[in-house]
Amino acid sequence: MQRNHNHPNQFAMVWIPGINELPMSVMISRESGKAAFTVRKHGHASTGLFNVKVGQQIGVRGPYGNSFDLKQGKLLLVGGGTGLVPMMRLLTFLKPDDDVTLLIGAKSKDEVFFEDLANSLLDKNSHQVIVSTDDGTYGERGYVTEVVKKLVSEIRFNAVYTCGPEIMMYKTVQLAHSKGLFVQASLERMMKCGVGICGSCCVGEDLVCRDGTIFDGPHLLSNKEFGHFHRNKAGILENY
Amino acid sequence: MATCIGKIQLERPVMLASGILGISLDVFNRLYRAGAGAVVTKSLSTEPWDGYPNPTIFSVNGGGWINAVGLSNPGAPNFAKIIEPNKDVPIIVSLVGSIPQDFEMMIKEFKNCKITAYELNLSCPHVAKVGLEVGDDPELVKKIVSTVKNSTNVPVIAKVGLGTTHYLTTVSAAIDSGIDAITAINTVRAMAIDVETQRPILSNKFGGLSGTPIKHIALRCVYEISSKYDIPIIGCGGISTWEDAVEFILAGSSAIQLGSAIGENWIHVFNDINKGVLEYMERKNYSTLEEMRGLAKKS
Repeated sequence: MQRNHNHPNQFAMVWIPGINELPMSVMISRESGKAAFTVRKHGHASTGLFNVKVGQQIGVRGPYGNSFDLKQGKLLLVGGGTGLVPMMRLLTFLKPDDDVTLLIGAKSKDEVFFEDLANSLLDKNSHQVIVSTDDGTYGERGYVTEVVKKLVSEIRFNAVYTCGPEIMMYKTVQLAHSKGLFVQASLERMMKCGVGICGSCCVGEDLVCRDGTIFDGPHLLSNKEFGHFHRNKAGILENY
Repeated sequence: MATCIGKIQLERPVMLASGILGISLDVFNRLYRAGAGAVVTKSLSTEPWDGYPNPTIFSVNGGGWINAVGLSNPGAPNFAKIIEPNKDVPIIVSLVGSIPQDFEMMIKEFKNCKITAYELNLSCPHVAKVGLEVGDDPELVKKIVSTVKNSTNVPVIAKVGLGTTHYLTTVSAAIDSGIDAITAINTVRAMAIDVETQRPILSNKFGGLSGTPIKHIALRCVYEISSKYDIPIIGCGGISTWEDAVEFILAGSSAIQLGSAIGENWIHVFNDINKGVLEYMERKNYSTLEEMRGLAKKS
């Protein structure tokens, strides 16, 4: 199952025995040659994973999914919530000459994470890490996409990468694409099989688990469901 | 490459099996462009179903899958709206229910849709009171098939599987009630246990085994049905190459369905099989699929 194991992003299906199985982005580990997962207590399954004790076993199948196309030069990374996980991993693939701007979006101060980690990963690069919180309790006040709007009108980025809440990605892709910039987003959908059989994760004609999770901006903007709808467990479209 | 399954005419013989990928018309169009002769929808129920919690699928070491997705589907009324704009794709609507009235009600929902056939799921092995539990009751099968046949002029297929009643008894009951074709077989009830945590892996414990491990069982069933009954057959179970497809046709299938192979080879599998079957026909000098159907029974 090892596909593209040297490339950023990709996900695995993580089994919490007796509770559920979740698609999770692969996170970097401090230990060489190992991977990790970042878990955020949210629903039944992620809370179950959060409560797993040291020594207790979980199951992992994968890795699945594709990878970001690595460009060089001026790069803009936009992450929100656990969407920052693939952004952190992407930072480990940079070239020394890359000039990186990382935007971290959060609702408020207590939901800001990975800022220090990002700064240390970017230690050898020309870089800036900008945090924005919706309520202004830390960093810039307002939606992170307001910062995206300002930056893409000032700087000609060689690539824009984004992962996080869909509306954030939708606006980021629109803004970057409107300036003619190369942009990719990593989508999240309800997943059951993770291998392109069950169809749960379809977005229009695309299967997030098999065609993605990363898609090019122009392709996404031509998909009428991106930024507007997702499917529930029964496969019924629901608005974001 | 064209084929007739009784009254059902298709340009190409390889279809998407039910339960696989089938919840958006955009995906159906994509599969049709990828070479599928028809697509069978997920099995639809009268109401939306969420299915089981994950894990719903297990990857079998050496090939194949065990799934207990639990027939998740948006429900027939919602689904009818999804496929109403369909113009190009031969869509076979799979239906699942417990009593004849369930099927009757669902068929009414599709009155404005362009549908090639209905396929009755009499064989899902992992959901109570529907699927295989219905297929195991020949009297209920007769009532359901008769009701459905009286409710629509669209051809009706029964999908059978390996339950506690001999599948040929189910086939016979369906034929007696006027069924137009048989799809054989569904997944086979199975399970997987994790040795470290010492528990079943699927949340439902039991699921349906599909893919390569069941191919030769499915092939045997097709051969047996076609030897015993004069009914069009759609072969299904572990088909992933053109050789598999040809085997099923030689055993008596008029068409074939696949699903598990998509998990392994993605949707290129449709055109790969189409191309291989065509080359085989040229090499063996057949101008139609019909000429080779059931040839394995001659000896």
